[in-house]
Amino acid sequence: MRRPGGEPRVEVAAEAPWVRRLAILLAVLVLGLLLLLPLLAVATEALRRGWTPVVAAITDPDALAAIRLTLLIAAISVPVNTLGGLAAAWCIAKFDFPGRALLLALIELPFSVSPVISGLVWVLLFGAQGWLGPWLQERDIQIVFALPGLVLATIFVTFPFVARTLVPLMQEQGRSAEEAAATLGASGWQTFRRVTLPDIRWALLSGVLLCNARAMGEFGAVSVVSGHIRGETNTMPLHIEILYNEYQFVGAFAVAGLLALLALVTLAAKALLERSGDLARLRRPPA
Amino acid sequence: MSVEILGLSRRFGEAQALRDVSLSIAARAFVALLGPSGSGKTTLLRILAGLDFADSGTVRIEGRDMAEVPARERGIGFVFQNYALFRHMTVFENVAFGLRVRPRRARPPEAEIGRRVRRLLEMVQIPELERRYPDQISGGQRQRVALARALAIEPPLLLLDEPFGALDAEVRKGLRRWLRELHAQLGITIVFVTHDQDEAMELADKVAVMQAGEVSQFDPPDVLLERPANAFVAGFLGHAARLPARFQGGTLRFEDPGLGTLPGAALAVAPRREGAALAFVRPHEWEVRCAGEGPGEGPGEGGRNAVIRASRPAGGRRHLEVDLAGLTIEIEVEGGAGYEPGRPCVIRPRTARAYS
Repeated sequence: MRRPGGEPRVEVAAEAPWVRRLAILLAVLVLGLLLLLPLLAVATEALRRGWTPVVAAITDPDALAAIRLTLLIAAISVPVNTLGGLAAAWCIAKFDFPGRALLLALIELPFSVSPVISGLVWVLLFGAQGWLGPWLQERDIQIVFALPGLVLATIFVTFPFVARTLVPLMQEQGRSAEEAAATLGASGWQTFRRVTLPDIRWALLSGVLLCNARAMGEFGAVSVVSGHIRGETNTMPLHIEILYNEYQFVGAFAVAGLLALLALVTLAAKALLERSGDLARLRRPPA
Repeated sequence: MSVEILGLSRRFGEAQALRDVSLSIAARAFVALLGPSGSGKTTLLRILAGLDFADSGTVRIEGRDMAEVPARERGIGFVFQNYALFRHMTVFENVAFGLRVRPRRARPPEAEIGRRVRRLLEMVQIPELERRYPDQISGGQRQRVALARALAIEPPLLLLDEPFGALDAEVRKGLRRWLRELHAQLGITIVFVTHDQDEAMELADKVAVMQAGEVSQFDPPDVLLERPANAFVAGFLGHAARLPARFQGGTLRFEDPGLGTLPGAALAVAPRREGAALAFVRPHEWEVRCAGEGPGEGPGEGGRNAVIRASRPAGGRRHLEVDLAGLTIEIEVEGGAGYEPGRPCVIRPRTARAYS
């Protein structure tokens, strides 16, 4: 007699070849259409008239200012979110405290609200008509339509990346390694640096790089707080939009190509680092 | 290192993990906390280590109240059930961890750390594994690494949570013997948690039997087996059959008429009160006579009351599963022949422990 349940499962797997091939084909098609084609389009559109206009569009003072601003915003908000995300994930995964579930929900808040709202809250808080507007104006502190507002909006939008990548991993790893470290006399900092951090480094890196990609590419929230002052508060995505709206298609696609390239470099760096991490594991002495 | 536990209680939400537990553990003792899962034994162990905290009650170690002392300052060795080795460190670095995290003044120099780690790995008999990672060694080897790591800080008190739970029988046997030798050699206090009564009986000089957050009895293994304090201990230890009975006029009368009566003098533990009682009889405490050996025909008083269901050799003795009016009873007898399955027999308890 056949074992009940054992046989059908084998058949499902055995019957699959053409289904599998179809599924792979579909996936490749969708991937090509939705992901690769747009990238290709950006590149061809930008290079339609050769390299000269591309170089001109990128070396334009306003474009250079936008590139500098985008890199500066990423350079501030990524470290802030790395530390904040690490701290939040560490608290949620390793400790029990009242409000833990609430904190977890709050971390996901920026993902669930529209980026426009994420930008608008800062205007409502710090804008001229905002709650703290008059107080700030008296002291001549500019937040909205200036770098602080752009950084705040970016930090808010990209906060979940690091925390969300770390929480599931850290929860799965449990607390016993940390407890073991404690019984062996390690302080909280020693435990974090020598036990917890090495265990999560690849997930952390992945979160940081995703956070960076989004920080450079964020449009909605940044657009609300920017004020679109050319050469001052325009980030790369905003600069691209302005060029596009002014029918400077080559310029728009040139800067867009550069932005896409930055994102690709980030992803490549991530893949490369993960690979070297895997290699390091493989290079261990044989079991 | 002596441990004094006084009135310890711990509650997790609705569940009462510990209720008013008191234990006094002498220095250099080898103590087992034995009980079914959920009896609170691991909670008690974690409170001793400072990994969990009691709602009320005190723990004193060497006379010092531990309430305000965090785990990392207790200097207590702890071996986790899943070993909790540091995945990204070699075996060597795992064992060296407790020495490396010491403050600079107390940290031994590198050469000394190397010497000490290698000595510990020799002691746990895995010196050849120092450069391996935890996921490259077997369960038994991980257990030894966890032990060496805990011992590296030279703890006067070593706590082990289900130390042999995940290991196969052969490895477990070897490690048990070795742990007992280690205890004798190092002269430290060891407290370990187990749900395996054979393990507790074999290793510990004193066993605390726990049930539903309370310590039912804390005694040496002989005393536990000879004089269980209550029906739970009697039923939990020694694989005893559980038989309803009545205690009247100094005589125990089993409810199953085929089992007859036992005079008070024959009882290892007699009920405190007259009336309904629960009697426990261990496998070797039965008298078995099978058909063809003696008198007695048919069921009822003095007659055949049971049928052999299964029979297998057990190290020079024979282990029987006997059906007594629908109740399966385990019995151990001397010798071999005459106990084929299906054979009708007369079985009588020689003694019993009975509780009202």
